[in-house]
Amino acid sequence: MTRVILEARNLHVAFSGVKAADGVSIAIHDGEFLAIIGPNGSGKTTLLNICTGYIRPRSGSVLLDGHDITRLSPRAIARRGVARAFQIPQLFSAQRVIDNMMLALAATDGLWSAVRPLETAKRREEAKELLDLVGLAGDADRISSTLPEGHRKLLDIAVALALKPRLLLLDEPTSGVSALERFPLMDALMNALRQRRITALFVEHDMDVVARYASRVLVWNAGNIMAEGRPDEVFSNAEVRERVVGVA
Amino acid sequence: MREADDGGGVEGGVNGAEAQDLGLGTHREAEASELVYARSAIVVAAAVVTLAALPIAAPWLQFVLTLAIAKGFAALGVAVLLRAGLISIGHAMFFAASAYGVAVLARAGINDLGLLLVLSVLVAALVGAIAGSFLIRYRAIFFAMLNLAVSMVFYALCAKLYGVTGGTDGMPVPIPAVFGVVFTEPTFKNVLFYLSLALMVLVGLGVQRYLNSPLGHALSAVHTNEIRLEYLGIPVWAVLLIAYVISAALAGLGGAISGFAIGRVVPDFAFWTASGHLVLIAVLGGIGGVPGAFIGAVFLELLHSAAVTVTDAWNLMVGMTLIIVIMFMPQGFYGLFARKEALNL
Repeated sequence: MTRVILEARNLHVAFSGVKAADGVSIAIHDGEFLAIIGPNGSGKTTLLNICTGYIRPRSGSVLLDGHDITRLSPRAIARRGVARAFQIPQLFSAQRVIDNMMLALAATDGLWSAVRPLETAKRREEAKELLDLVGLAGDADRISSTLPEGHRKLLDIAVALALKPRLLLLDEPTSGVSALERFPLMDALMNALRQRRITALFVEHDMDVVARYASRVLVWNAGNIMAEGRPDEVFSNAEVRERVVGVA
Repeated sequence: MREADDGGGVEGGVNGAEAQDLGLGTHREAEASELVYARSAIVVAAAVVTLAALPIAAPWLQFVLTLAIAKGFAALGVAVLLRAGLISIGHAMFFAASAYGVAVLARAGINDLGLLLVLSVLVAALVGAIAGSFLIRYRAIFFAMLNLAVSMVFYALCAKLYGVTGGTDGMPVPIPAVFGVVFTEPTFKNVLFYLSLALMVLVGLGVQRYLNSPLGHALSAVHTNEIRLEYLGIPVWAVLLIAYVISAALAGLGGAISGFAIGRVVPDFAFWTASGHLVLIAVLGGIGGVPGAFIGAVFLELLHSAAVTVTDAWNLMVGMTLIIVIMFMPQGFYGLFARKEALNL
């Protein structure tokens, strides 16, 4: 097995008595596409919130490359190469699509670039390449709030990719994306992740997407890991089929 | 990056049409953008030449326009923060801090216009950095009210610390030397007007550059999504503090020019109605671009000058104008001059 990039150890989190993580430990290995599946409200998004510093666990720790990041802010973790795409797109809705992208690209540049114009030919081209990847190149100059919800989702993913992360956390990347666009999008996304050597963790409800793209699946249920393994192994587990996949 | 895009046959199918159009589209966008810039530059140049010529035709306008430009700087400071959705009803504090700075420094023996301007703006920026370091933690009504509260504390200090500030009598601002040359009052006021006009163009270009930079775009982004900014690794507090200091410095520049133009600084410079006046100018002019603040200030000063000759109730006319602008011109007067594309710059 390759080296561990991100590791969560013995996480405990509860909201009003409901356990979102009850002593969970997971490890994400370099180069893998780890899918997390599980019923709604089981704590999958909470895991992403903890790993990116948005909420702090009651106990337990999160390690990035062996360094404790449990108490770091989302900003500090993002600077360490962890990017996130959200379940509900988090965009600069009053700004153009291309400005959302260029601001993300500028965020990784040095301090000096902060006082130079945001729009440069190089940055615009780089932004358009990423927009092209998710099928939004034609919408570059639209105000992002005018995009349909599915396209906002794609833009959110492109913004996360613009940070050139080592680890990308995707929260339901295909929700809101039309059935016709779902597999082409995932094909393009997976290609981009492989070529850029980006490790990915994605929370997903679409089992066809999980079966096709995940290298490993982790089944989350009531704050615990119910099962773990390759997609074919996990989906052949009777308990998983009954409680999560929805077929007996 | 190019490799990544070439990698997936499927993605080519998805985006083929857009990809073919990409080169042509970029060319058209660049041409359109150049046209917008050229048009804006001509309009701005014409406006500056007109402003420069007006006092020659009507000398009484010189004082009015100098004050208008000074208030325009301060309103621009307010407008900078408005881009982040933050309304400051206390920016007259920085306006006054700088004007008092000029008076105190002049009393201490500094007698050069350039040096006094630079130092007084630094005073305003320093006060802005101190106040901003805790005010930027607040949003919406809390930010507005706390700015108001702090500015009124400053006002009270100016009015009560008689030994330092001269109390409600204020402090005189003597006529300084310009590069070692001492002018008569009319000549100095002439120099001050044209210097203000030149600064309006230079500082305006600097602020426009700031607003077009990643820092400026991040400032607008604070208004819509702070969470995403943090997840991009961009510190929201730094974006806001920089903006706050810049806005305080702009208000300070306006205050210093006003101090020189009027020849005296009084606590009323910092009163809350003065802060409200700056917000009024920013909204009238429009926050879409740098010229808006100056358009609003010139309009309001001219309206004021004309209205007082007709009626004592000039505030009524100003109020009516504001209602009309808010109802029918949400982008302010600047919206009338700027094309949609330019508003997004």
